[in-house]
Amino acid sequence: MNFLFQHLIVLPIVLPLLTAAVLLFLDDQRRRLKSILSVSSTLLGLVVAVTILNRVDHGSGSGNLHVYLASNWRAPIGIVLVADRLSALMLVLTSVVGVCSALYAESRWMRASVYFHPLFQIQLMGLCGAFLTGDLFNLFVFFEVMLAASYGLQLHGSGRARVRSGLHYIAVNLVASSLFLIGLSVLYGVLGTLTMADMADKVALVAAQDRGLMHAGAAILALAFLIKAAIWPLNAWLAPAYSATSAPVAALFAIMTKVGIYTLLRLWTLFFSEEAGDSAGFGQSVLLGGGLLTIAFGTFGMLASARLARLASYSLIVSSGTLLAALGMGSPAVTAAALYYLLSGTLAASALFLLVELIERITDSDETPLADIDDADRLTGEDTNLDDQERPLVGRVLPVSTALIALGFMAAVMVIAGIPPLSGFVAKLSLLSAIVGADTTERALGVSAGWVLCGLLLLSGLASTVALVRVGIRSFWSSGGGQAKATRVEGIAVVVLLAGTFGLAFGAEPVLRYTTAAASGLHGPKFYIDTVLSANPVLRGGGSTETEGEP
Amino acid sequence: MEAVLALVVGVLGGAGVWLVLRPRTFQVIMGLTLLSYAVNLFIFSMGSIFTDKPPLVKPGVPADLEHYTDPLPQSLVLTAVVIGFATTALFLVVLLAARGLNGTDHVDGTKEEQ
Repeated sequence: MNFLFQHLIVLPIVLPLLTAAVLLFLDDQRRRLKSILSVSSTLLGLVVAVTILNRVDHGSGSGNLHVYLASNWRAPIGIVLVADRLSALMLVLTSVVGVCSALYAESRWMRASVYFHPLFQIQLMGLCGAFLTGDLFNLFVFFEVMLAASYGLQLHGSGRARVRSGLHYIAVNLVASSLFLIGLSVLYGVLGTLTMADMADKVALVAAQDRGLMHAGAAILALAFLIKAAIWPLNAWLAPAYSATSAPVAALFAIMTKVGIYTLLRLWTLFFSEEAGDSAGFGQSVLLGGGLLTIAFGTFGMLASARLARLASYSLIVSSGTLLAALGMGSPAVTAAALYYLLSGTLAASALFLLVELIERITDSDETPLADIDDADRLTGEDTNLDDQERPLVGRVLPVSTALIALGFMAAVMVIAGIPPLSGFVAKLSLLSAIVGADTTERALGVSAGWVLCGLLLLSGLASTVALVRVGIRSFWSSGGGQAKATRVEGIAVVVLLAGTFGLAFGAEPVLRYTTAAASGLHGPKFYIDTVLSANPVLRGGGSTETEGEP
Repeated sequence: MEAVLALVVGVLGGAGVWLVLRPRTFQVIMGLTLLSYAVNLFIFSMGSIFTDKPPLVKPGVPADLEHYTDPLPQSLVLTAVVIGFATTALFLVVLLAARGLNGTDHVDGTKEEQ
């Protein structure tokens, strides 16, 4: 069993890769087989992710952190995969969103092109790889795998709006990849290693005259992740790309901004922890300030959006800003609350992206064409005369699916805006109390940054309520009672995502306990560094060696 | 040696950034290509520049950086070249699709106002 688990860590990467390979060679006539294969593979991935999470959480001592030495080479020489609490959590989140998006796509979107399934699986592989790897260059490779698949998926269904925003999306990400490589090579030049744990170990030892170069490298590297995380001046690509793409892809993309957040969280806490000597806390004020500005920008964006898809994109920017600012507070308690917020926010955003299409089907009388969705022809319901449309609701049977979609929308709005009793409220409450509890010396605009963050959090919650409810009123009340069309799988996908937020709200205590443990592991990286660097290669007999572990 | 390399990286990078900011899609893709050349040379130079030093261990010569050049940046560049080539090719396809759909090669898909 232990031996099996040793190799379980590679499964989240290998499983989607193999599935994609098989799906690529299946003929398009065998659509049903492809669907079954794709969904069951993502489901299996979810089971694997939950198993890893369970093992990592219940392990004792070094059991909390699983190190997988690829090809049996020791840490600084070979590439390592590391599963700690944060990685396992992100894996489970990715798998849940992946399963729901795959399910949703089965009803319609998979038919738009032959390569939807392989691209989807490769995207999952890139995401899981980015969460698991413990090597900086390997992280770059998984980023590129994830991005290459996302370029294809973003354009899925084609049409003018998609290609236009896709062009910007790809160009921005290619430049970001260049920045990633520059930062990475500067850090390699200074530190002489690419294994994250080893790099973190050496940060404190860097000579004073090289420290500036290392900081420059780290800043350029961080810029690449900040672009992915959609920090304020660098996020103009997000709203057009995410709102133009197809619903299941947008739902999966909700987790893509979180990859940027994850890598920042991982690398920043590793490299610039308290043990980093003179470099401790480098860039903290940028994260905090950038996060605050991003929340403000996203809030205005939400209020200014007319289309629900755009609104959902801006809500992602707000949640990114919240996470960045919370990360910039640099306190374990705030990070723990932020991780909970990340879970609930991602599930709700994914559900909202799926609901966007279902809701737009109510307002649009005919079926949405797969191609050519332009910005202009979606602005329906703007000039509907209420007097003409108002019909007595009493006595008219409300279509069940419309009611379900409306209820689902309500739940998603409550989570995103942070209205009790769902998980968004728990997330915001724990964030606020952690921020108030944390004492920071950072100041913004003359007041303590913590209070600014608290104020912005509450204001952005109010703004999202206003913006989302406005769209809800237009879609459900003044739409003229259009019939909702949703197939069973689409309904299930949305319900599962929303059930996840319910589950988070009711199981808030164990989840918060878990995120607290994860956050304390992040803010005390000594354990991570030591465990990764002291992992021993496995001898053929199955035992571990002390020093003579030459493979 | 270092000065020449630094100049080349600087010129390629500068030209790349300028071209990426241009309004025509073809200029953007040329810019991205030049930028990736600059980045690849930059990674290469991070392993310290030596002439006449092999990256592979030869029998009889002690395995240290006195006698060899660092092989890791070279392998990194190899990977980066492959990935950069693939993503640029993909971008080229999107560029052609955008040209076909919009009827213009402006990056925003709209005709430039005179």
